[in-house]
Amino acid sequence: MGHLDETSLPGIGKRVEFFTDEGRRMGVVRHHSGRREVFVCQPADPDTTDVAVILSEDDAHSLVDALGVESVTAGAGERTYEVEGLVFEWLDVDPNSPAVGRSIGELRIRTQTGASVVAVIRRPRAVPAPEPGFVIEAGDTVVVAGTLDGVERVRDLIQTA
Amino acid sequence: MSHTVLLWLELGGVLALLAVMARVARRFALSPIPLYLGVGLVLGDGGLLPLVTTEGFVEIGAELGVILLLLMLGLEYSGRELVGNLRRSAPIGLLDLVLNFSPGFVAGLVLDMGTVPALFLGGVTYISSSGVIAKVIGDLGWSGNRETPLVLSVLVFEDLAMAVILPVLGAIALGGAVSGATVSVVVALTAVGVTLTLSIRHGERVSHLAFSDSDEVNLLTILGVTLLAAGLAEWVHVSAAVGAFLVGIGISGPAAHRAEMLLTPLRDLFAAVFFVFFGLSTDPSALPAVIGPVLVLTVVTAATKWVVAWVGGARERIGSKGRWRAAAALTARGEFSIVIAGLGVTAGGSARLSAIAAGYVLLTATLGPIAALVSDRWPAASTAASTTAAATSR
Repeated sequence: MGHLDETSLPGIGKRVEFFTDEGRRMGVVRHHSGRREVFVCQPADPDTTDVAVILSEDDAHSLVDALGVESVTAGAGERTYEVEGLVFEWLDVDPNSPAVGRSIGELRIRTQTGASVVAVIRRPRAVPAPEPGFVIEAGDTVVVAGTLDGVERVRDLIQTA
Repeated sequence: MSHTVLLWLELGGVLALLAVMARVARRFALSPIPLYLGVGLVLGDGGLLPLVTTEGFVEIGAELGVILLLLMLGLEYSGRELVGNLRRSAPIGLLDLVLNFSPGFVAGLVLDMGTVPALFLGGVTYISSSGVIAKVIGDLGWSGNRETPLVLSVLVFEDLAMAVILPVLGAIALGGAVSGATVSVVVALTAVGVTLTLSIRHGERVSHLAFSDSDEVNLLTILGVTLLAAGLAEWVHVSAAVGAFLVGIGISGPAAHRAEMLLTPLRDLFAAVFFVFFGLSTDPSALPAVIGPVLVLTVVTAATKWVVAWVGGARERIGSKGRWRAAAALTARGEFSIVIAGLGVTAGGSARLSAIAAGYVLLTATLGPIAALVSDRWPAASTAASTTAAATSR
């Protein structure tokens, strides 16, 4: 998969963008309201929005269906799945992570972020609904659920590197 | 005619007039703020149709307008958005502060208004209008553009700067001298720091707990808490606006977006009343004398915002067209310049301060969106031409 750039647009939402193989800058503005705006630029002028299409939640699903790709994004070390505002994220714990050797309770994930750890995958098995005393190890994959903001904060906690 | 008859006729007349103005502004894709100010100027003392019975209501409504404007400003960006990008936006933000505060401050000193009113005039010329600019970005479909994060980061920095400047100016306005206001300033800045920290650490959770499924409960809760905070702030000689602003910063996450939707109609109503009130309390006969300074300030501060956009755009490797768009958008000053000027008038600023602020916002809030429209259309023609050329050559 190509490289996705994420920019926060304070007061508006978040923008995710990339360059197509053809050299056009295009992306999606995710408004706080849930509205999505797909924009495409001319190859000659990547700064300027040439066409923008506003999509409702339903339209966005239609577009994903029409594209025929899975809506789970599989990127480097992270997978995100969003259902009606609830975000699930799979976070890989690398050996440098500040979370290594600390328990879920110690990290105060839920108190600090509002998001919960739904499961920890310690290959070859998965531990669903781990206790607060569960200690995270390098190589684990932590599955969290919460709001977009909350999940992002868990990512900050686990993946500060 | 009885008093109530007159009251309703006058109030209805004013609102109907504002509705016409809002419609005109919409028709030409402009900000309605200058038109509201104009209505106030026409209706005020010395204007064409002085108001008689509604002044009491308008005065309270205007105060409420300021509180709602600041509450919404606080709501617009979460604590994390305010502080999160600080390291990246600080150089440009500081350049913006220095370049755009100075013209107003210097003008105040040159015009011999006194140091304190000059400080307020500096605030008037510094703050771009996030309301007008958000509308420009939305109307012209700029949210995908490269320069938009730059424009927003400037606005966010100004917002954060307001969190520091407003308590200081507010304390001066209510406490009189700079020295007497020190305690209030310390109190206010501590409150700002604590609120920001709490909002960043626990804001979403607290907001979530306080929030109910019922819009009615939410509306009353937010308004109640905000007015209490505003009252407390005023009590410790920090402006009520600061209290409201802090409540806005404190609420974050989905609760903040919900609150924004609930409060927008109220804000629109009372902010309009506030702009009318500011126009009312500005003596129109003081305007002709300040036309010179207003024109000079407009030209100078459009140029200084342009420098900010140009330097910031260069840092982000944005092309010249994008930088022009950013400059055009940032030119607009609006609601917060008027809020600061209003505080300045409380602080004993002369009639000249409100006249200059009114004239200045009238011009910049009109020119900003027009310049934005021009910068959007005019380069588009050349891009279209070049793509057609490319298409034919293929």
